[in-house]
Amino acid sequence: MAQYTLRRLLGAIPTLLLVIVLAFLLVHAAPGGPFDAERVLPPEIEANIKAFYHLDEPLPQQFARYLSNLVRGDLGPSYRYRDYTVSELIAGALPVSILLGSLAMLLAVIVGIGAGTVAALRQNSVVDRVVMAFAMVGISIPVFVIAPLLVLLLAVKLNWLPAGWSGTTSGTRLLLPVIALALPQIAYIARLTRASMIDVLASAYIRTARAQGLGTFAIIRYHALKPAMMPVISYMGPAIAAVLTGSVVVEQIFGIPGVGQFFVGGALNRDYTLVLGIVIVYATMIVLMNLLVDILYGVIDPRVRYQ
Amino acid sequence: MKRIRCWLLAAACLALLGCGASDGVDNGSVLHRGLATDPESLDPQLARSMQAANVLRDIGEGLLSYTPDGQLVPGSAESWQISADGLVYTFNIRAAARWSDGNPVTAENFVIGLRRLVDPAIAAFYASTVIDIVNAAAIIAGEAPAETLGVAALDTRTLQISLSRPVPYFLRLLTHPSTFPARPTPANAESDKRRRSLLSNGAYRLMSWEPGSLLRLRRNEYYWNDAATAVDAVHHHVITEETAELNRYRAGELHTTGNVPPENFAAVRKRYGDELRVTQYLGIDYLGFNLSRPPFKDKPELRQALSMAIDREILVEKITGRGEAPAYSWVPPGTSNYEPPHLSYADLSQDERNIIAQSLYEQAGFSADNPAVIELRYNTSATQQRVALAVQAMWSDVLGVDVTLINEEFQVLLSNIREAKITEVFRGSWIGDYDDATTFLKLLTGDNPSNVSGYKSETFDSLMQRAASQADAGRRRLFLEEAERVLLVDHPVIPLYFYVSKHLVRPEVKGWEDNVLDYHYSQHLSLDAAR
Repeated sequence: MAQYTLRRLLGAIPTLLLVIVLAFLLVHAAPGGPFDAERVLPPEIEANIKAFYHLDEPLPQQFARYLSNLVRGDLGPSYRYRDYTVSELIAGALPVSILLGSLAMLLAVIVGIGAGTVAALRQNSVVDRVVMAFAMVGISIPVFVIAPLLVLLLAVKLNWLPAGWSGTTSGTRLLLPVIALALPQIAYIARLTRASMIDVLASAYIRTARAQGLGTFAIIRYHALKPAMMPVISYMGPAIAAVLTGSVVVEQIFGIPGVGQFFVGGALNRDYTLVLGIVIVYATMIVLMNLLVDILYGVIDPRVRYQ
Repeated sequence: MKRIRCWLLAAACLALLGCGASDGVDNGSVLHRGLATDPESLDPQLARSMQAANVLRDIGEGLLSYTPDGQLVPGSAESWQISADGLVYTFNIRAAARWSDGNPVTAENFVIGLRRLVDPAIAAFYASTVIDIVNAAAIIAGEAPAETLGVAALDTRTLQISLSRPVPYFLRLLTHPSTFPARPTPANAESDKRRRSLLSNGAYRLMSWEPGSLLRLRRNEYYWNDAATAVDAVHHHVITEETAELNRYRAGELHTTGNVPPENFAAVRKRYGDELRVTQYLGIDYLGFNLSRPPFKDKPELRQALSMAIDREILVEKITGRGEAPAYSWVPPGTSNYEPPHLSYADLSQDERNIIAQSLYEQAGFSADNPAVIELRYNTSATQQRVALAVQAMWSDVLGVDVTLINEEFQVLLSNIREAKITEVFRGSWIGDYDDATTFLKLLTGDNPSNVSGYKSETFDSLMQRAASQADAGRRRLFLEEAERVLLVDHPVIPLYFYVSKHLVRPEVKGWEDNVLDYHYSQHLSLDAAR
């Protein structure tokens, strides 16, 4: 497995490089620049700013400069936040986004698998139908509808939870964003678990275990859960991507200083270096997450062999 | 073992929920204010957005300042003398003015700040604020070193500024954050970056800045007027979504908001009554013409017809509906020492305007068989889309013009406007930098890079130049008003409506006074403890 991991990591480098090149070309292709505003800068000042940030050099030269800084770990200055470098901004935002994302995934997995299992055990009963109805709602209603509704209900009307991120430092400010992020994933995971659990519960070895007198909880815990998890684990890759993109909306609504907010802001402000830095971070994370998921297959199912 | 792990996990979750940092910054009264965007910099000479200026006004102070209701008063300078020809200003800096580390604010600090402002290496956005100081233009163009700027520290507390021509509103410019003082920076570039958090000469100092989220300020005990500062700490919450800001205000997390969402404005007005503060503001929303290419090049009748066909009353009542005023001039009313002239048709009824517009349209050579074909560009925004749709409908109904609406992302629109290759008529806005008519009129002079319509009128430019050389305020005003009359006849732009500033302010916040500049210094505010 160590060889497999190493090979995967090395293979990721050309992918990352391609992503960087494409992202670089795309951000520079967008009309408008980081210093455009209704108040047009006098030409001398604009020339000075462009020279300062090397924006007057030809694109290949700018790209080479960017790459050489990148290998030294320097993601460059932010064009919009003149007091911060890109590394500082990302270093501040990444822990927040990771915390939110992992808590949301954790919540989604626990609640989703639990709900799916219960629905599978009570297949076609009222409980099953109710759980699946909730799942359908969670999938159909977008995050940018659910999140403000949650805020209106739980924060504004009932005052149980903070409406925003910056108003308090207590952990309660995590609850609403995590729930909002997790809801669609809970729905998907519940449906996946239910379907695959029904399949597994119908197999011969489960019938044998039941015949041997094993209780339901023990059957699930020791025999049914692991095989039923395979589709859920396959879903983890896209799920993490969905949480990453969904986090942009959630961060906007709750005012959370996460990577998603800086990404969107950077794109709109033409903050080239910030956008590129975040693209690199996202791409690396997705590559690593996919690798993790593949390794997890092997952990869960001993029949999986790595080529 | 597994059980213990479970309990540990549960305990960690509970601990996470309950934990909260406490570092003494927020002892005492705390004012929570909403801020619409993250400041791009808190370096006074590098900042350029309104939001950065709002925070800078709390953590810095210029030579002059404003009262809550918008009157100019001494700031760090306690008195000043102006020479008879209006070219030399001598300021006496307060003895009690101090930085937040206890060191006195000196005249040299202001010299450094102003030199930084014009230094091309700094590339300050607002360098042209002080263009009238001796040598400023040459320094900005890179033709002279920054040390030749016409500012000098005669002694520790006496600052002298020499102008190349009289500027009657110069004192008002010295309230702008770009003119705030600066401390000499050591040669180390890293510590130059950190200056944002270290020193302030204002009523508050910056204690922490989480980009994208929160700026925390605490009172600066060394500030010369600290005794009058009522609130101990100020939190500026960065909230980009206006609806999210409204929700947080409703939940009681904010004392004041930076804005109010345009949707459901009537409901907000009904529900919040006096908490909603809507005031005239020095800003205008307009449609600009690209005068360098057809269809508007050399077609003043067409431009005037289009302007007359717009029912501005309907725009402000039904389309924007937030208390804006219809614009029949270019300079907003409420500007000091100025009475803007009006468009010639300001007092007619809309029906009368429509009739004249139709005849002008025909004079321009268009008719039902030969309609004008126009592209109207606007930036992505719910309000702007509604305005564009209304204007399209009005032009089509009254004149029979064939209008295509083109929606572009803001930066794309700006880029297209600047290049002036494909734009015809486009939405624009302008917010005054300081309280004087020239901040609007200068926009349309022939040599201004921000002159996006390409308007070049010798009459207008010469009137503006003559106004600039007048030492007498009354004569200057006459020239400016005449220049605006010329502008309004030529129609390089269609003024639509003047902006209003809108905030929600909780009843327990005292000292918030509406003013046309929309400056609300935190040091003037207090929290009614009884609530």
